[in-house]
Amino acid sequence: MYAQNVDTGSKGVRGADELSPEEAAFQARIDDNIKIEPKDWMPAAYRKTLIRQIGQHAHSEIVGQLPEGNWVTRAPTLERKAILLAKVQDEAGHGLYLYCAAETLGISRDELMNKLHSGEMKYSSIFNYPTLTWADMGAVGWLVDGAAIMNQVPLQRTSFGPYARAMVRICKEESFHQRQGYSIMMSMVSGTPAQKEMAQDALNRFWYPALMMFGPSDKDSVHSDQSMAWKIKMNTNDELRQRFVNETVPQAHYLGLTIPDDDLVWNEETGNYDFSQPDWDEFKAVLKGNGPCNRERLGARIKAWEGGEWFRDGLAAYAEKAAKRRAAA
Amino acid sequence: MANEWPLWEIFIRGQHGLNHRHVGSLHAPDAEMAINNARDVYTRRKEGVSIWVARSTEITASTPSDKGPMFDPAEDKIYRHPTFYNIPDEVGNM
Ligand SMILES: [Fe+2]
Ligand SMILES: [Fe+2]
Repeated sequence: MYAQNVDTGSKGVRGADELSPEEAAFQARIDDNIKIEPKDWMPAAYRKTLIRQIGQHAHSEIVGQLPEGNWVTRAPTLERKAILLAKVQDEAGHGLYLYCAAETLGISRDELMNKLHSGEMKYSSIFNYPTLTWADMGAVGWLVDGAAIMNQVPLQRTSFGPYARAMVRICKEESFHQRQGYSIMMSMVSGTPAQKEMAQDALNRFWYPALMMFGPSDKDSVHSDQSMAWKIKMNTNDELRQRFVNETVPQAHYLGLTIPDDDLVWNEETGNYDFSQPDWDEFKAVLKGNGPCNRERLGARIKAWEGGEWFRDGLAAYAEKAAKRRAAA
Repeated sequence: MANEWPLWEIFIRGQHGLNHRHVGSLHAPDAEMAINNARDVYTRRKEGVSIWVARSTEITASTPSDKGPMFDPAEDKIYRHPTFYNIPDEVGNM
């Protein structure tokens, strides 16, 4: 998802008899759905994993502005421009809510930024794909925000209070994102044949990367069990991916578009669509930094951070001077 | 980092005359910028008509381990609630 493959520092979950009294009490609170708050005792691994997960989620929101920001100046109408700008601004807000949640765990904002820029912390693989046409703005809102919603809605019940509260705010804002994307797709498919073709092409390019957002298949995700015991992950990757496919296929049919998967078929028995897995080697390559846009995305973030330094310092210097003046008066 | 902007806690009063409510936090160099940033981060959809900001370091919080002694004493004082008293129906609404 926005946080894919988060390392919990362990493989598998330890039994109740292997936990210290503190750990057992902590796990009991989680099992009782009592929220863990920043000042509460928590296992070091829980803290570390959450910093990684929330940090990765925050970075995804921030880096995720880039593929769409790319189209703000080129949106076809003033209204679409205003909508896209509002959406991108929301994503900045999502990043900020999440950074604040991560900071309550004892890491600073600048540390988080540095870890993103050094490549030590990741962001979602999806944002390393290019947005080549206006129809991509439709596909991104519809599929990428749609996949994000699938993951974020259950996370509103996650065990860490600040994370859960950030998710509540974020979910309130997300459904506009998905709907504006779908609305772009509806316009494109009712346009000229070339425009409809553009919409199909966008779906073709974003379908499998969107499926990758849910992370590796359950059998390959070694950290899932611990994360689920801690309730920082509420569903397995395959569960959410299936749910996404089931929900999205009829939406594509409504648009008159074809999902780029010859093996996609409704399975009467399971009540699910059977579908093809994305190319997991490609997924690993993108996570390692070798996707089509990794260098460009990270480069843009670093440039913004370094280019803004004089400005951040200037405001800080002004604030300091004004405080001194007030103290002297 | 030496010149990292301080953290501010943000409180917002909604449209309907309720109390200011804590909505989250953000970084800003000073109070004025904290209010400007809070407007952009926390009121993009008319969530508020008034903003308070306070330096996070200025907030003193109760400690989680004091939760028992602090809040448990209220538990057995059910006579503080109106439903504790049985008023006959004949008396009418009270
Ligand atoms: Fe978002
Ligand atoms: Fe979004």
